Amino acid sequence: MKHWLRATVAALGLITANANATEMEVTHWWTSGSEAAAVRVLAEAFNATGNVWKDGAIAGAGGVARPLITSRITGGDPMGATQFTHGKAMKELVQAGLMRDVTDLANREGWLDKIRPQSLLQDCTYEGRVYCVPSNIHSQQWLWLGHKAFETAGLPVPKDWSEFVAAAPTLEKKGIVPLATGRQPWQIQLLFNVLMVSIGGPQVFEKVYGDKDAEVAAGPDVAKVFAAAADARRLAKKSNVQEWNMATQMVIDGRAAGQIMGDWVQGEFEQAGLTAGKDYDCLAGLGVYPYITTAGDAFYFPKVKSREIEAAQEALASVIADAAVQVKFSLIKGALPVRGDVEVKDASVCMKKGLDILAKGQVIRSVNSLLSPDSVGRITDLVVEFFSDDSFTAERAQNEFTTIIESAD
Amino acid sequence: MSKVAFRRWRLGNASALAASIPMVLTALVVYLGCTLWTIGYSFTNSRLLPNAEWTGLSQYRRLWTTRRWLISIENLAIYGAMMLVLSLVLGFVLAAMLDRKIRFENTFRAIFLYPYALSFIVTGLVWQWLLNPEFGIQRFVRELGLADFSFDPLYSPQLVLIGVIAAALWHGIGLVMCLMLAGLRGIDEDIWKATRVDGISTWKTYLFIILPMMRNVFVTALVLITSGIIKLYDLIIAQTGGGPGLSSEVPAKYVFDYLFQSQNLGQAFAASTMMLVAVTFVIIPWAILEFGGKKRA
Repeated sequence: MKHWLRATVAALGLITANANATEMEVTHWWTSGSEAAAVRVLAEAFNATGNVWKDGAIAGAGGVARPLITSRITGGDPMGATQFTHGKAMKELVQAGLMRDVTDLANREGWLDKIRPQSLLQDCTYEGRVYCVPSNIHSQQWLWLGHKAFETAGLPVPKDWSEFVAAAPTLEKKGIVPLATGRQPWQIQLLFNVLMVSIGGPQVFEKVYGDKDAEVAAGPDVAKVFAAAADARRLAKKSNVQEWNMATQMVIDGRAAGQIMGDWVQGEFEQAGLTAGKDYDCLAGLGVYPYITTAGDAFYFPKVKSREIEAAQEALASVIADAAVQVKFSLIKGALPVRGDVEVKDASVCMKKGLDILAKGQVIRSVNSLLSPDSVGRITDLVVEFFSDDSFTAERAQNEFTTIIESAD
Repeated sequence: MSKVAFRRWRLGNASALAASIPMVLTALVVYLGCTLWTIGYSFTNSRLLPNAEWTGLSQYRRLWTTRRWLISIENLAIYGAMMLVLSLVLGFVLAAMLDRKIRFENTFRAIFLYPYALSFIVTGLVWQWLLNPEFGIQRFVRELGLADFSFDPLYSPQLVLIGVIAAALWHGIGLVMCLMLAGLRGIDEDIWKATRVDGISTWKTYLFIILPMMRNVFVTALVLITSGIIKLYDLIIAQTGGGPGLSSEVPAKYVFDYLFQSQNLGQAFAASTMMLVAVTFVIIPWAILEFGGKKRA
């Protein structure tokens, strides 16, 4: 009994001692090696403000994490802050008044107009108020090429998608998988929409997804996209991995030659000690149309009842937008910073390419910003089925795609 | 009825009623209420949050023209039929074998029943690894010397359901076997003696005499297996994720994905209402057969 009492007293003492350090749960799905390292940068900077970062990492990709996060917020058990992808997915929660407005804080600290491109804020602005803090920009339109595989096959590293497709038979003879792709639906969807931008071109992309123009969707430009998708399906046939970082590992080991994936792949290459331009290469827009989507990640702050958590939310918001944190965080994550006024000194060749495209303004909005999650889901189902079934013809897929675009919102 | 007895009866009834009110309320509000709510909102165009804008049957029309839903239904039908038949047949055969008074019966029973203690998530992961060509059975056999051996059901749209059924059988067969074994032990020794006297062969005794006597055990097993079939979800998530492509999708996953990923409540509710209809079609004839029959007897 005495022990028990003493323990309680001690525990109470501990609680009071830590009373001014608010513990706040932050959920995210950054779990790969480089991602986790990038999260640590944020956590350390946040802890330095006198608060305590309670890590709520959710294993599995956004497809697993997003439902968990939204259902916790709608179910009345909100976390202090959460990472989320840009796009329409958060919009309804914002409209329902479940999220916190950060406009005043951003104006006070003067970073709202520093965000570049400003379209990053467009997705989380509702009735003129801003409801998120963008943390990084991710571009998806990249073909990553491992030099090792091409050396084994005795081939020069391709300069664009058609050269890559032409190199495939030689690679396959050496037992190398030309295109490594994780089999999860979101990766297949990403690959397809990269082809839409890079093979179809940014105008076609904008017309199909932005204007929902069914005629363009049925036209010859999109037919080229589906033909390229059929090529990709053939090249990725022997790729049996599920996770994107496993696919990247295949490229690193030289078991595969290339991967179409977002710039977060770079973090994995860097972690494995590879150097851009020397050990691996990157083709923006698959070497055809160097345009990138600038959907990235952002942090959202659900409305909470506790005053302490509210203060901690503000602290985290300013940490994320902080210039120094931005540089450090982006470098590790392999992403581009969201502020136009910071200089990334140690940027790799690939990152410089990205920054260059960004500076030229060759940016387009992402699928998630242009279409509702429902429409994205239907397109995903279609391309996932297309990719797993060799007898599914490109013509038939395009027909069904057109039907989806007709009723998309 | 005397006055005292009447009051006692009233009081007794009241307290019994009071005690059952929480359960009655739960059943009415949670089960019936939520079911009706779900059915009601399946006629709306609700997205992430419920909204009462009536759209008639449009969600159902979309549902039945979506190939993924049709594939899901077909998969569940194949899985269900195979699971029912294989569980009952294999469960009975295993139980009959254990019933032959073999040595180490307890050990075998424990081995067969053990997988049931694992969750479907663990089962799914274990079988995903076993069937993975990179480090599962295929690799093992190849390292034994058969370099051309190929066995990767989870990566073939035609075979993926076989892989799922194998895992589900491994998981659930022990329970069915134990039920059957209990049923077999409940059979009177004298029946066996009588059949031996009459010179009826063992397999004929099992098939024509013991089996009909175990009707109740079969019904119990049937209900357990069927409920497991309809709610099939976690095994798929852990083992295949619905892939390759859409070839191992199931209705419950369709509902979940539309609920949370596509954020289309209306579509998800339409799908779950269809699942409810399907369950009702299975349950009502069974209930009439089971309970209606007894009344007549």
